[in-house]
Amino acid sequence: MLGPKVIVVCALLYLGLLFAIAYWADRRADRKRSVISSPTVYALSLAVYCTAWTYYGSVGRAAASGIGFLPIYLGPTLIAALWGTLLLKMVRVSKAQRITSIADFIASRYGKSQVLGGIVTVIAVLGVVPYIALQLKAISQSVTIMQSYPLVNDTGVVAAIPILQDTALYVALALAAFTILFGTRHLDASERHEGMVAAIAFESIVKLVAFLSVGVFATFVLHDGFVDVFDKAAAAGVMKTMTVASAGGYGNWFSLTLLAALAVMMLPRQFQVAVVENSDESHLRRAVWMFPLYLLLINIFVIPIALAGQLTFAGTAVDADTFVLTLPIAHGQVLLSLLVFIGGLSAATGMVIVETIALSTMVCNDLVMPGLLGRWKRIPPPSDFSQLLLRIRRGAIVVILLLGYLYFRFAGEAYALVSIGLISFAAVAQFAPAMIIGLYWRGGTHAGALAGLLCGFGIWLYTLLLPSFAKSGWLPAGFLEHGPFGIALLRPQELFGLSGLNEITHCLFWSMTFNIGAYLYFSMRRQPNVNEATQATLFVDVLKHERPFGVALWRGKAEVHELSRLAERFLGVERARYAFARFADQREVESVDQLPADAETVHFAETLLAGAIGSASSRVMVASVTAEEALGLDEVLDILDEASQIRAYSRELEQKSQELEAATGELKAANEQLKEIDRVKDDFMSSVTHELRTPLASIRAFSEILQDDPKIELEQRRHFLGIIVSETKRLSRLVNQVLDLAKIESDNADWHTEDVDLGELIHEGAESTAQLFAERGARVICEVPAQPCVVTADHDRLMQVLVNLLSNAVKFAPQDSGVVRIILQAHGRNFRVSVIDNGPGIAIPDQRHIFEKFRQGSGGTEKPVGTGLGLPISRRIIGHLGGRIWVESRPGKGATFIFELPVNDGA
Amino acid sequence: MQRSILTRQRLIGIFLVGIVLLCSPALTIFDRATTWHGYPVSFLYLFGVWLLLVVLAALAVEGSDR
Repeated sequence: MLGPKVIVVCALLYLGLLFAIAYWADRRADRKRSVISSPTVYALSLAVYCTAWTYYGSVGRAAASGIGFLPIYLGPTLIAALWGTLLLKMVRVSKAQRITSIADFIASRYGKSQVLGGIVTVIAVLGVVPYIALQLKAISQSVTIMQSYPLVNDTGVVAAIPILQDTALYVALALAAFTILFGTRHLDASERHEGMVAAIAFESIVKLVAFLSVGVFATFVLHDGFVDVFDKAAAAGVMKTMTVASAGGYGNWFSLTLLAALAVMMLPRQFQVAVVENSDESHLRRAVWMFPLYLLLINIFVIPIALAGQLTFAGTAVDADTFVLTLPIAHGQVLLSLLVFIGGLSAATGMVIVETIALSTMVCNDLVMPGLLGRWKRIPPPSDFSQLLLRIRRGAIVVILLLGYLYFRFAGEAYALVSIGLISFAAVAQFAPAMIIGLYWRGGTHAGALAGLLCGFGIWLYTLLLPSFAKSGWLPAGFLEHGPFGIALLRPQELFGLSGLNEITHCLFWSMTFNIGAYLYFSMRRQPNVNEATQATLFVDVLKHERPFGVALWRGKAEVHELSRLAERFLGVERARYAFARFADQREVESVDQLPADAETVHFAETLLAGAIGSASSRVMVASVTAEEALGLDEVLDILDEASQIRAYSRELEQKSQELEAATGELKAANEQLKEIDRVKDDFMSSVTHELRTPLASIRAFSEILQDDPKIELEQRRHFLGIIVSETKRLSRLVNQVLDLAKIESDNADWHTEDVDLGELIHEGAESTAQLFAERGARVICEVPAQPCVVTADHDRLMQVLVNLLSNAVKFAPQDSGVVRIILQAHGRNFRVSVIDNGPGIAIPDQRHIFEKFRQGSGGTEKPVGTGLGLPISRRIIGHLGGRIWVESRPGKGATFIFELPVNDGA
Repeated sequence: MQRSILTRQRLIGIFLVGIVLLCSPALTIFDRATTWHGYPVSFLYLFGVWLLLVVLAALAVEGSDR
């Protein structure tokens, strides 16, 4: 059923599907309806980390060493938690400076150095090409296994076949074609490859689904779940001891974790998807947990598959690296085998495509361009080389894939290929000090980065790559055992006599020690120069600014048309003109010709070019058409300082304006309060005049009667005069109280505070109002404790309050049967005086208003005789003395006026 | 801005928790060649911590929207 042709057709159909997805996503991107502007797609594209090495190799490693494969995924899980700062910084810097690759990043950080870019590119290519070879091997091996279906190809060895019949060659060429189509569509490498990212995200889903399917098959179909697999494996004696200690020990565990954590940031393909292809900073948030979750899912079945494979293939020579594929084949699962095959294809092709695009950009911008630019100093360059640039990149893609193929062809089954995953990791880990320290420390210099990279790379070459060649038989074995020229101290895997570590840990320790040591030593030999200091600030401080912050550190003479012509030559006329027109729009000038030839324009042109040819080459090219005046280090630092001062100043301004706003708010509130007071005053005035008019009117009326009618009887006359006198008294009382209230309210009253015994006060008050009570036929009862109750108060004012309460009480008490009780008692830290009458009481709605001015109780049928100011004045007096006054009453049951004053206990 | 700084700090905290659980002597406590309900203890511990880190990170970044 599954012939060789079917396999090839399936593989080609799958590639065709990828192609269609990429094409569709690119079309959508052109219409500004991006499919990849989703955080989930971003997180899935990061899973390009999981290659065929994960897909097939993890099971192989698990079969050999139990849980020893896990650090490769735990390291990225840990470092992902730091992406919120570390990766965010990288993304923001790269967007501001249009950085296109990790080589460009490091070159840019240390003053846009062409040399650094070149070195990084060389290390990356040397470190990663074998890794590509590993993917080609995985594809061709899986094709071979599938073609022998339903037999299990138990050797896994690719037979010696002529090059032209080798599947791997055609795989390499097909992948090159695919990569060219989608990797070099745009010239501007800083523009995202949306089609590619969509295809990669799709591949991530396919490989996860395929791997989970075979995992479920091995665990739940062939066996009864995890525990069953573990039990059967233990019974059959294939169960490895599942501990870290038995899987290479703790030192190995930690160093592999560290290595993988660095690799997931430094691998060119990871930099490509995580930084260059990032379309929105906020996508990082999802990736922080979704990427580790992906790794968790794709690893959960690794051990069950390894054990199930060992159970199935016990006693045969089937390579554990192929269990993922051979297990379904051995159990006759046609569709599952095909799915697994496609999944493996996904894992391998995804890695190859992204890695090749990343490397080709680096090779073009950081190796070939500097060479060409050097040549063009002598002979005039072609007028339009945007096409040339594209050809360089496409050529680089083909060359890199062919290099991968050749490595696979010659290394074959050698040790050098089998262990290449970790060897590649160790190579790219050498970028970490220059990258990560450079993002947080301003002191790093070009010399330091160069020395660090070269030392680290040299140690890697000597302690890891050459030994792998020796183990493959390409170098004499004596080189390993006795060291070069028999110098034991220089044995590559026991350098300087350091033994007892495995080769990866050994290499990581020495290479990182020398790498970081050289980086720090050479950085600290001198101060950073102008370029280094500028770039250091732009990198280190990138998170301090909300938006990308580019200080245009440039002074000199430039002409806009020279700059735009330069851009046209590299980007093509149309794209360059479009970019310049948009920039002119941004700066609000009418046309490109009117752009000022200032630092900002030059900076724009340089960044635009950097997207196409890398930052270092771009700087050289822009310098060739402008006359730049060198800025001194002090000047640069001043400008940067000024920029930060401006930011500090604007922060200060913002703070000031906030304070101003708060002050305005307060003023508004005060104004409202004033208005309210004014309104109250008006009300008061109108009430007072109203109250004055009533007695005045009656005085006037009776006076007029007396004046007009001289013959009025004596008795009548006396009655009228009595009314006039009492109304006049009322008037003067009213005027006095108004004055009194005004005095208290404005705090102009004189207060004579002294110790006052409330008991004595009550007796005095009762005596002084005795006449009133007698007139109304009412009784007064004083209930006062024997001991003195002393408060601090103004005696006369307090008397005023008491008399006011008593006269109110008697006023409302029933004629002849009135009883008013005055009770004094201690109440907590206060003395409480209650004046209780048996009058009609006060309606509940009135109780709330009774202490307001001119609100008189309306309980009695008779016309109220008070002024309506007694209670307001009492309340102010009690309030002034630190106490409170209130009323309790139920209609028909009398009223109780209560005031409390704090106890004076001599303290 | 304030909230995103807080999220970053929480994530750094999660990183430190991960370091302690996966890359410190604490690892040796659970690194035993015994089984628990049929599962190797190390296997359970490592995947359990892994899941814990994923959940914590998800809570830290997605939860802070509220």
